[in-house]
Amino acid sequence: MKKVFGRPKTLKPNPYHYCPGCGHSLLHRVVAEVIEEMGAEEIAIGVPPAGCAVLAYNYFDVDMGEAAHGRGAALATGLKRVLPDHLVFTYQGDGDIAAIGTAETVHAANRGEKITCIFVNNAVYGMTGGQMAPTTLLGQTTTTSPGGRVENRDGFPLNLSEMLAITRGSAYIERTSVTSPAGIRATKKAIRKAFEIQLQGLGFTLVEVLSPCPTNLKMSPLEACKWVDTEMVNFFPLGVIKDITASEEAQDAH
Amino acid sequence: MKGTIKIDSDQCKGCGFCVEACPNDVIEIGSQRNAMGYFYAVVKKAKGKDDKGCTGCSLCAIMCPEVAIEVYREKR
Repeated sequence: MKKVFGRPKTLKPNPYHYCPGCGHSLLHRVVAEVIEEMGAEEIAIGVPPAGCAVLAYNYFDVDMGEAAHGRGAALATGLKRVLPDHLVFTYQGDGDIAAIGTAETVHAANRGEKITCIFVNNAVYGMTGGQMAPTTLLGQTTTTSPGGRVENRDGFPLNLSEMLAITRGSAYIERTSVTSPAGIRATKKAIRKAFEIQLQGLGFTLVEVLSPCPTNLKMSPLEACKWVDTEMVNFFPLGVIKDITASEEAQDAH
Repeated sequence: MKGTIKIDSDQCKGCGFCVEACPNDVIEIGSQRNAMGYFYAVVKKAKGKDDKGCTGCSLCAIMCPEVAIEVYREKR
C-alpha cells in the first residue's frame, strides 16, 4: 500500500484550536501543501492576523511574523523589501483585512508591493463572537444585527477584492471557496499561481477564500458550507477578478 | 478493496465533512467520544460483496479540516 495523502511537512503536528468544520483548518493545510510543493519552506515568511487565525504560527512550520491588528500588509511590505527573494504572504480574516486594515491593504496594493494576501472571508467577526463585519450579507442575522443587516443603517457588504482590482499595482486577484473538494483544488491552484506571480515580481496578489464559520453562523458544518455555496456567492461571486498574466497572453494571441 | 484510510481519532472533531464527501459511503460518525469530547469518524464495516468499499480516492482527506485522515492505495 502506497501512501497517497498525509499531513504536509510544512504543517506542525499540533491539533488545531479551531471549531469543528472551520474553513481556517482547511486553508492552513492548503497553504502548507502549496509551500511544500513549491519547495519554498526556507524562503516562505507568513504574517498571521489578529482574529481566529492569530495562532497560525503554531501550525505552519515556516517563519512567521505576527502583525498588529490589520497591519499585515504593512509588515509584509517591510519584510519583502528587506528580503526581496523571499516568499512573503499574509493570512488575514475579513475583520483584519477589510475592516481595521483596509488602508494598509489598499495602499500596499496600490504601491504594487510584491506580496500575497490570503483573505479569509466568513462574513462575521469570528473570534469575538459573531458580530457584524463589513462583509456581512444584507439581511444576515448576527449578534450586533439581530434583525438582519439593513443597507440604510449598516451599509452594503464590502467587496474588497473588486476594490483592489481597480488599483494599478495589483497583478492577480481571485475569489475561491473551501466548501467542496473542487473548491479546495481551485483554492490550491489560485494560491500557487499567486505565489508564482509574487516570485516573478509582477505585483500585488490576493486570494479571497469564502470560508464557513459554523459556530457563529449557528449552523452545523455541512449547513454552513451549503450557506456559503448558495447565499454568500450571490454577494461574492467566485472566479478570477484580475490577472495581468492572462491579459498579456490574450494580447499575444490577437 | 483497492484503498484504505486511517483516521486519527484523537484529532477528529466530528464535523462530518468526510462522511458527506465519501462517494462510496465508507465513513460514519461513531458512537465513541475522543479525549476532546467529540464523536469521531470511523470506517464502516464491510457489508458484503456488493459493498465497493474504499477506493483510495482521498476526497475525505481533502475535505478533512483537521488533517486527521491518511489515505493508502494499492500499487498498480
